[in-house]
Formats: sequence, structure tokens, C-alpha cells
Amino acid sequence: MSETLTPTATLEPVPNSDAGSTRKMTLNMGPQHPSTHGVLRVVLELDGETVLKAVPEVGFLHTGIEKQCETKTYQQVIPLTDRVDYLANLSNNLCYCLAIEKLLGIEVPPRAVWTRVMLTELTRINSHLVWLGTHALDMGAMSMFFYTTREREELLKIFEMFSGQRLMTSYFRIGGLALDHPRAGLEAVEKFLEMFPPKIDEYENLLDNNPIWKNRTIGVGVVPVDKMLAMGITGPMIRAAGIPWDARKDEPYSGYQNFEFDVPTRTENDVYARYRVRMEEMRQSVRIMAQALEGMPEGAYQADAPKVVLPQREKMKTQMEALIYHFKIVTEGVRVPPGEVYQVIESPRGELGYYVVSDGTSKPFRVHMRTPSFGNIQGLGMMCEGGMIADSIACMGSMDFVLGDTDR
Amino acid sequence: MISELLQEDPIVIALVERFDAAIEAGSLEHEQTILYVSAGSIVEVCTFLRDEHGFNRASSVTALDWYPQEPRFELVYLLHNVKDALRVRLKVRVSGENPAVDSVTSVWAGANWYEREVFDLFGVTFNGHPDLRRIMMPDDWEGHPLRKDFPIHGHKYDYGETNQ
Repeated sequence: MSETLTPTATLEPVPNSDAGSTRKMTLNMGPQHPSTHGVLRVVLELDGETVLKAVPEVGFLHTGIEKQCETKTYQQVIPLTDRVDYLANLSNNLCYCLAIEKLLGIEVPPRAVWTRVMLTELTRINSHLVWLGTHALDMGAMSMFFYTTREREELLKIFEMFSGQRLMTSYFRIGGLALDHPRAGLEAVEKFLEMFPPKIDEYENLLDNNPIWKNRTIGVGVVPVDKMLAMGITGPMIRAAGIPWDARKDEPYSGYQNFEFDVPTRTENDVYARYRVRMEEMRQSVRIMAQALEGMPEGAYQADAPKVVLPQREKMKTQMEALIYHFKIVTEGVRVPPGEVYQVIESPRGELGYYVVSDGTSKPFRVHMRTPSFGNIQGLGMMCEGGMIADSIACMGSMDFVLGDTDR
Repeated sequence: MISELLQEDPIVIALVERFDAAIEAGSLEHEQTILYVSAGSIVEVCTFLRDEHGFNRASSVTALDWYPQEPRFELVYLLHNVKDALRVRLKVRVSGENPAVDSVTSVWAGANWYEREVFDLFGVTFNGHPDLRRIMMPDDWEGHPLRKDFPIHGHKYDYGETNQ
């Protein structure tokens, strides 16, 4: 061994001109960081491990969906809404359909309304399961992800039964549903509702008995609620700060006033409280689904509006009018009376709003999507500032954002 | 011209009393209140609504492009009072020549990103905005994609449109 490679016995102290003064460091987190769950870049200004400033940068996933909506007919926009928030696609379908139905002034039959409620609540569970798995994964509790994925698989099978698709469902259409319930569809939902509630207890058992999880979440990411509201943060995070604001209760849509459920709230306003709120929300979703299943009405699943809803295949073969309407809807699209509407629903992430303006043609003049993740990420900076780097991971997880939803 | 349907709305009455001519028009569409506000007084109107009527958040700020009509742009402020579950939609008309309006970030900090988005995609400038730069498109992008005269496929490719 040559002499140059042998380590020196004594370490001379390195003279450091900056010794004593604070040195700030700028750290780029993302756009390819695993805990950002997509392509989000956060520029962190650090003093040691303390975050002095956190500036989120979005737009990496911008695909111009709002612009594309203007070139498609009203019906053709529905598949695009799936792709906005790919974990809560049915919520997006629902919000868009409700907005257009308001503009058209059509009434949706009860069977469709009940099914919509049932499946959007299933979507909420879907989204919360992905959130729970990845949030815990970020914090080092890896096994959680396997358990939530196991249950999510069952749930995706139900989506597949109803719509033919596991993820990009496009199941809700203007005026009702794309298809009637599949054979054994409701039985599958019933089976899921029996299976799922004990699993929520299992998740809670896993996490609440984990001191690391509690240490990393309790008291982390606290911001005054007024600031959160002004900043555009919505959904479970606001409810974890003590404000029982839920669009399902405050501005009921799609028949939610017929269902009995509670809006879970907490007052601690930290990462742990947000976790508790979402866990409780899953239980409430199960409760709503059970009611929807029990009271599921029989009858039509599409509105009686031949100029809007595509006719049944069977009718097209026997009735001239049905064939004409089919031709008109497919070639020209649906003409929507001029006007504008802002439809709000409670997506798993918060306030989801579709602002649709019609100029009387068969293509929307403007579709603006007020997506919850965009508003939520805006508040990420103030939530991380003053904490440790590791806390910023906890804060991000507690926000439950989807970057497709942010950038559109 | 304020629609008769809004004559008894307490918020509209208070706004007209306080700002008079700055409230240009009002209508009720699908049970949603829409008020046109003159461009100069948007910040005062928003501050008034926040302080006196509890509109503690701006749900979103967006724009419409009525090209080739003039005034070309219409800014849309979707305001929300969480406590009473009230919503009001304010609109401001802005000309197509150097479109600009005062920023409402001083009223709601959350308007920041929404105004940046409108700046990026519509090219409307917000005076007094703390951080006005592109948010969706790359920093060196030319043009504003959500404008009606911006082709869906972008300016990079010419599909024979220039020869027509």
C-alpha cells in the first residue's frame, strides 16, 4: 500500500472563514422527488435543517385541458375531466355533468342520482386510500401501502364492473349514466361495504400504535385557519382546523340532502388531525354508500331528454326519431343555451368547481376548473416555513395533492 | 343595469349604496349572483366584501376572452363566504390593448397563483402583484394559450393557416 493512501493519524481542524456566521443553503426538492407524488418542485431555503422559506413551483404537468375543452363538444369533454384528477375521476365527471345539466335545465332520474352519490363516495375512499398509503410510506411506514393497495384493488374492480374502466371511468354522462348497473354490481358494492369498515380500524391500529408516526405528525404543520382560507386551502385540511365546511352539507348537490352523514372535524389543525379527519371521512362515506345501496331506486338511469342523451341501441333499430337524434348528437353535439354556471362539489381534496360558459353553440366557450390541489399547494410554503426538512414531507403528505389536478 | 331579481339582495343593496356607479350591472343566473364592477374599483369592492360581508376567500380568479369583441377580456372573481355559504361572482371588463387591472392579492393572499395563471394564459397584467411571472407555461414561452386567437396546436406548427 502506498503511503499516500494511508489515512493521517490526526485530523487538523479546517480553517473556516464562515465559522460563527449563518450560511443559508438553497435546496431544490423535485421535480422528481418521490414524496412530491408527481412533478412538483419546491425550492427550499435552509438554515441547517430548518426551512426558512419554501417556494412551490408547479406547471410541469400542464397539458392545456381547459384549452382542449373549447375544441370539443360538450359530451367529448367528459373523458378530459377524468384526466384532471386521476384519483378522483368520478368527482370530476360529476361536477362537470352537474354544471352542464344546470345550463341545459334537465332533471336527472333518481336511479342515476343515487348511483352517482354511491360511486363518488367510493371515489372518495379510493382517493383517501392512495393518500393514506403514500403518506405513511413517505413517513417510513411502508407496510401501510400494501394494505391500502389491497383494498383499493377491490374497489377498482367495482369501477371496472360499472364502467369498464378501472381508472378513467367517464361513467357519468350529461343527463345520467353511461350504462345501467352491471349484473351483480350492487352485490359487489354490498360485499365491499361489509369488508371495508374493519380494515379502517386495522389501518388505525397500525398507525396509532406507532410512536414514530405520532411523533412525526402531532403538532406539525400548524397554520392559522384564516390564513389557510385566504390562501385557497380547502377540504379536509380546513375541517381539521375546526371549520365544518363541506359542500355536501353547505351547498347540497346531486341529492346529498337526502343522506344522513356527519362532517368530521378536529381542532388541532396539525398533520395528525388531518389524518384523523380523513379516516373518519372514509367511515362516513361507507355510511352514505350503505344508504344509497339500501334506497337504490328502480327505473330509468338517463334523463328523458332525447336531444341530449344518446338513444338506446335497441330504439335506434326500431324508431326513426331515435336514429335522427343519434346522428344529430354525434355529428353536431348538444346545443347548450347561452349562460354561465359555477358548480361546486366536495371532492376528496376539497372544493372542486367547474365554471362553464356557454355561447349557445355545441362546444363550451370556456371551461375553468377550480381544482382543490392548485389552491392547496399554494399554501404549502407557509406550512413548511419554520419547520424541519423532514416536517415538510409530512406537510406535503397531509395536503394530499395530485399534480394532474394542479396543472391541468 | 341591475336585474330586478337582485333588487332585494342585501349584499347588492350595500354595494350599490357604497359604490354607486362602480357597480355597472348585475344579474342572477341559475341562482348565482353576477356583478359587473368597473376596473378601477375592484380592489375596494373586494376589500369591502371581505371586511363587511365575510367573504373570507376568493375561490378562484379566471378570465374570458371575447375576441374579437371589445372590451375583449372579462376577469371573473369567484368569491365565497364560508360561514354563510354565500357566493358572489364579480366581473371586470378589460380592453384588449395592454390589458391590465389592479391585483387583489392584498385582499386575499390566495389570489396570487390565480392571477399568475390569468397573466400566463390570457396575458392580462395585474398591477401591484408581488410575483407576476408565468406559472403553467415555460418562462420563455411566447403568446398566451387560452386566448381565442391562439391556435390549439400552438404557433410552432403551421397547418397552412397562413396561406388562407
